[in-house]
Amino acid sequence: MNKKKKNLKQFSRTTGLYLLMAAIAVIMLWPFIWMMVTSFKPNTEMFSYPPTIIPNELTFDHYVQAWRAAPWERFFLNTTFVAVVITFSSLLLSALTGYAFARLEFPGRNFLFILLLASMMIPFEVMLIPLYLIIVNFPFAGGNDLWGGGTGLLNTYSALIVPRLLFPFGVFLMRQFFLTLPKSLEDAARIDGCSEFGIFWRVMFPLIKPASATLVVFVFSMIWDDFFWPLIVINDQSMMPVQLGLQSFQTSQYTTDWGPLMAATVWVTIPIIIVFIFAQKYFMNINVQSDK
Amino acid sequence: MANNQSNSPLTVSSTPPPPRKTFLQKQRAFWASKQNRKRAIAGYSFIAPAYLLFVVFLFIPVIWAFYLSFTSYTIFTPGEFIGVDNYTRLVNDGAFRNALWNTTYYALMVIPLNISISLCLAVLVNRKIKGMNFFRASYYVPVVTSIIAASMIWMWLYDSNNGLINYALIQLGFNPQSWLNDPNLALPALALMRVWKGVGWNMVIFLAGLQSIPKTLYEAASIEGAGRWKSFWKITWPLLAPTTFFVFVMATISTFQTFGEIYAMTSGGPVGSTTTLVYLIFVYGFERYEMGYASAIAFVLFFIIFALTLINMFFTQKKVNYDL
Repeated sequence: MNKKKKNLKQFSRTTGLYLLMAAIAVIMLWPFIWMMVTSFKPNTEMFSYPPTIIPNELTFDHYVQAWRAAPWERFFLNTTFVAVVITFSSLLLSALTGYAFARLEFPGRNFLFILLLASMMIPFEVMLIPLYLIIVNFPFAGGNDLWGGGTGLLNTYSALIVPRLLFPFGVFLMRQFFLTLPKSLEDAARIDGCSEFGIFWRVMFPLIKPASATLVVFVFSMIWDDFFWPLIVINDQSMMPVQLGLQSFQTSQYTTDWGPLMAATVWVTIPIIIVFIFAQKYFMNINVQSDK
Repeated sequence: MANNQSNSPLTVSSTPPPPRKTFLQKQRAFWASKQNRKRAIAGYSFIAPAYLLFVVFLFIPVIWAFYLSFTSYTIFTPGEFIGVDNYTRLVNDGAFRNALWNTTYYALMVIPLNISISLCLAVLVNRKIKGMNFFRASYYVPVVTSIIAASMIWMWLYDSNNGLINYALIQLGFNPQSWLNDPNLALPALALMRVWKGVGWNMVIFLAGLQSIPKTLYEAASIEGAGRWKSFWKITWPLLAPTTFFVFVMATISTFQTFGEIYAMTSGGPVGSTTTLVYLIFVYGFERYEMGYASAIAFVLFFIIFALTLINMFFTQKKVNYDL
């Protein structure tokens, strides 16, 4: 009897817990649900009162209308290209640099590393203006001579890519992981006559796959979601990444035309949510890793 | 322990301590070894590409920005060195003071809400039951959503005529509001959205903090008759203090750097009520092209963030320790 009562109490507790968590999940996901619902609603139903949670009629009109209104395939191409190049380069450069800091000894190593750590504390906004000036005055680009004069790298992929080929936190993350590997591994490789680069590339780098995956996922999603830097260096529509494209799409014609705007927001949001679903643990890793 | 003892100054050692080497001697000894040379050269060449980029796109810009903040540089005129004039101008600039206040007010709304909600969520999801991954993921989804996409969705939710939030208010018997067009409500509205977008991130950090607290402490507390509430305040809260400080500082930094949603949703308005420091940097730097002055504002932002980071470092030194 007593055991039964206890079981019942346990059961109701668990049920209550699930209900609470589900309620919070609905609140957190509600904006996305509403975005989807709005994007499929015909205009006649858009402003009906009370608003319908489940549309009476589904339509793809908004999607068609929004896709035609701006060069979306171009936006996606731009973002994908930029994000892939940056992800690739920041993985390689961070690993190489992080490895040197963790496993190789050379005079000045600590100083250079501390310099990097200190620079991580400086907010991006501080560098914004000089970075812009570097891009505009980049020698021998965009009609510039050695001292500028033209538009430099403005409105080019280089402007989006080159200043962000790697990030200090990536180096830091990789170093932390390389520090955890046992020294015997590299010693064995050294005795076998492996070159220093060979030790890094063939022995050590393959061993930090979880860190690499974390970095890849983080950098890719950061670039995909990025808005501030593209806003500064891109104003030519054909060079815009998706976030800037979405923003200019909204201000240009669809300020309050919610159907097409939500349809466009759906396709800007969905790719990163899909990546998140498949790489969930790496996403959640990154902010734990940053607590060090 | 044994190792420590042999190195301690109290142990008598038969050999006298080696004479201290000068910097040059150390260098010479280091470079004399062929293996050291090989590894050092590898080390320098491994970090060279990264540091080339850091020099051009990180170190030089910081120094340059610092210099610019003492000049009257605009994009059209080379400008000249004007000492601390930009900084004294800030003191009397109504727009700057307004932005500083807005940023502080915004942070005061976002940070307490963000930290308390994310801690509650972390406690809630810190258990092993079926389907937990789904719940954790769903609280985290707003984090991976881009700020622009989130802004679009929330503009629709906040819409004065047909927005869902006003509909809900009317159903509950309140007056509808013109959220983003109301100078008193625009900043709180942005703050609410920021809390929604940010709690998942801190939840995960708190979760890691919670999982590092040894379970035996809770078992001991429960044997001694402490309830859940008591063990939260006596065990969880003090042991989580370093995490909480870390979360607090990171949240402050990111709140002070808010830009995207302000640009997309309100453009700093209505009547400047949502102009924050970063938005003001953007306005001065890229709309009025007063880049020297904008750099000075950027450095004020940096000093605020730097001070907060130092405070955090100072506090996290004193870790609570319940040794068992």
